[in-house]
Amino acid sequence: MAFVNLKKKEVQVKIVYYGPGRGGKTTNLEFIYGKFRDRIQSEMVTVKTHGDRTLFFDFLPIDIGKINGYTAKIQLYTVPGQVKYNATRRLVLRGSDGIVFVADSMAVRREKNILSLKNLHENLKNYKKSIFTIPLVFQYNKMDLAEQGIPLLSFATMEKDLNSQLKKPAFEASAVVGTNVVATLKKIIMMTMTSIKDELK
Amino acid sequence: MSYTLGQEQLDGIDEILKNDLVEIGAHTVFLIDMSGNIIASLDDGENKHDIYSLAALAAGNFGAVSAMAKIVGEGEFSLLFHKGKKENIHFSKVLTEFLLITLFGNDLSLGFLRLKVAESVEKIKKILEPIHTP
Repeated sequence: MAFVNLKKKEVQVKIVYYGPGRGGKTTNLEFIYGKFRDRIQSEMVTVKTHGDRTLFFDFLPIDIGKINGYTAKIQLYTVPGQVKYNATRRLVLRGSDGIVFVADSMAVRREKNILSLKNLHENLKNYKKSIFTIPLVFQYNKMDLAEQGIPLLSFATMEKDLNSQLKKPAFEASAVVGTNVVATLKKIIMMTMTSIKDELK
Repeated sequence: MSYTLGQEQLDGIDEILKNDLVEIGAHTVFLIDMSGNIIASLDDGENKHDIYSLAALAAGNFGAVSAMAKIVGEGEFSLLFHKGKKENIHFSKVLTEFLLITLFGNDLSLGFLRLKVAESVEKIKKILEPIHTP
């Protein structure tokens, strides 16, 4: 839920990276953190297990300058992707203004992507939000693995599996290398800011 | 979905935080919503913290504790307190969507702080009630 501060002429929005476990949500944030270090005033916060998996969330605030005369502060979060952490995943989703769904392009993860998207749909309904109307961007991650001969799902297959009804923007990406990480971020920021622009008068 | 607070309301909140909490010796006070957005923040000029990260973690922490409360059959634990060697944190819920977080040292007694927080919460409620978000 975006908060508009008329006194400081500032708007704070929350964007959540969602998707199946080991899909690259944290890696997206790590890339952004490295790339925009000069615009990020604080450390990236991560709450993870000893095994380096996200337990609760990662958090990264960035300033993106002014939009309509308002200073825009974007708060990026990731959810824990593992199925068993649905309670914490739902907590992180609370008040989200935009979502990046990071899907795993590896052929063996096909089912996991679909289940995670279904889970997003359910969890949004819990907050009386619709997956059809909330700003949402798909990112089909791990495209770099093709070079290593690992079987990947094609863009068309992923679109058909995940995006045939939603018809949201989608990017092929590699979070490790950084391909389309920034493009994904820019797109979701633009869509999210557009969705609240009526508040910024 | 979003909500907006104007100059008058935010000035009112700042005034309450300053007069009721910073003046009595709290180090840092901030009001956030459950999404982790910071509505207002004030400090005593000496103790600076990364409040954006604190706000995100506080909202998550409070959410986790609320979920625990439900499991053990409590509606919620509306008050939370973490004690450190030098710095302590006190959380108090304001209406359903907001949290008042106070950081303070050992020179301020918990009892007195709780009393002042309770007073502040009542005053802040009056300001936030009209914009009370769903």
